[in-house]
Amino acid sequence: MNSAVRRAPLRDPAWRSRLALCGALLVLLWPLLQATEFKPWILLQPDSLAFTGRFLASFWPLAGGAEFLTMLARESWRTVAMATVGVALGWVMAVPLTLLSTAALSVSALSGRMARGPFWVRQLVRALLIVLRSVPELVWALVFVRVVGLGPTAGVLAIALTYAGMLGKVYGEILESGEQHAAQSLLRNGAGRLQAFFHGLLPTCAAELSFYTVYRWECAIRSSVVLGFVGAGGLGQQLDNSMKMFNGAEVASMLLVFMALVALADRVSAGLRKLLG
Amino acid sequence: MKPALPSDLRAPAPWRRPGLWFAAGVLALVVASAASLDLQWQQFLSLEALHSMGRFLGEFYPPDLSPGLLRQVLVASWETLAMSLLGTGLAAFGGLLLALPASRLQAGERAWLRMPTRWLLNALRSIPELVWATLLLISAGLGPFAGTLALACHTLGVLGRLFAEALENAPTGPAEALRQQGVGRVQVLAYASLPQVLPQWLSYTLYRWENNIRAAAVLGVVGAGGLGQLLAFHMGLFHMGKTATILAAMLLMVAAVDALSLLARRALMR
Repeated sequence: MNSAVRRAPLRDPAWRSRLALCGALLVLLWPLLQATEFKPWILLQPDSLAFTGRFLASFWPLAGGAEFLTMLARESWRTVAMATVGVALGWVMAVPLTLLSTAALSVSALSGRMARGPFWVRQLVRALLIVLRSVPELVWALVFVRVVGLGPTAGVLAIALTYAGMLGKVYGEILESGEQHAAQSLLRNGAGRLQAFFHGLLPTCAAELSFYTVYRWECAIRSSVVLGFVGAGGLGQQLDNSMKMFNGAEVASMLLVFMALVALADRVSAGLRKLLG
Repeated sequence: MKPALPSDLRAPAPWRRPGLWFAAGVLALVVASAASLDLQWQQFLSLEALHSMGRFLGEFYPPDLSPGLLRQVLVASWETLAMSLLGTGLAAFGGLLLALPASRLQAGERAWLRMPTRWLLNALRSIPELVWATLLLISAGLGPFAGTLALACHTLGVLGRLFAEALENAPTGPAEALRQQGVGRVQVLAYASLPQVLPQWLSYTLYRWENNIRAAAVLGVVGAGGLGQLLAFHMGLFHMGKTATILAAMLLMVAAVDALSLLARRALMR
């Protein structure tokens, strides 16, 4: 009778393959460490350590003063404003591109396959969206700084182009993954594409579309700080200046303000979710 | 006389409709933002600016394909790829360690460390990679090492939070079953909780890797190594042909990583 009771193995039965996997990962790690000049002991060298220590010590007390605080408030607003205008402009570009590219509004697809002409137009618009979003916004900003000069215009344009690509792609996906029935019935019965969009697709997708837009706005605030580093103004540019002068107190204040800004955007978008959801 | 509609079929009064408030708020914010920024649309949309834009874009052609530059681009691309891989890997490892204190594994557990760890993760997450890079340049010096650490810091914040949420949302059945048998906490974690969330964790890590290859490509603009450093250098000197080659390499690499990560995630899902 004892044969029915099999003792569970005490050792992990898969230990051999696990060990092999870890070994393989370690071997792969070596060239990566080489390529990235990964030398953590640099951080612990006495002069580097002393320098870092001095910089960190200068974080406290935080920079105050009416002049500095007004500047901080002004630049924070500029950062938010740059993100907002950028996303708004991106949205204006993304909406027509979405309507052109989404397969959910195709009339010829109703009877089986999409006709060749419309198919290629949609692929072309999608390729445009891919190009727009695969160039990082920082690179767009570097390009526009050359054309329009330093200032928020370059930042706004950079955010607008990248975010047009992102919004256009995801809007299209949301529309195609939603309930198609209403829009298709409208199209079958001779409604125009815009009518089918407004009465068939938009009512069911509106909440998701606005969540995604608000989420992207949150990301844009982070982007717009980064764009300041290449001369687009706002909090990022001031941070860059203070960093170059090793003014730890100003750097620390700005980082705190920036974290508060991100947390605030997070709260606002969570609140909007509740309001709309 | 029309019969009155039942109350739930009537359109709500305008001030009861959150969508309208939302739209009005957005519009106000956009108008206020646009008004307060000194945007130079006239200058940008003028014929002259369009001309200079066209000339500028025209200079991108032909891209510089000399073997010397190509070799440089290849080395920088490999550096960028290595930065993104190592940065993501370090962050995933750190995320694994921080996800445990950041989550409540058992209902009713005190989880003292949960809030402080989450604050730490939020702080790490809310500072973008590029800002981390400028901060870390001070102690790590110019080069890809600072970039790698910067990627790891930001990604650790993101992954730690995602990992913790996955861990808390996992079904508690298997863990509970082991606990009832008197199995210790570490073993419950290793044999019940982790196997459940591991595919999700891997998928999050792959998704962050896609993000990080994009970030790694531009970190060099502040001197943290990779393709961005080459890009900033040649763009600063108006070598547009070389810039075009570097941009093309960037786009190709991003596309390749996206495809690879998509394949890996499909394999995971299966």
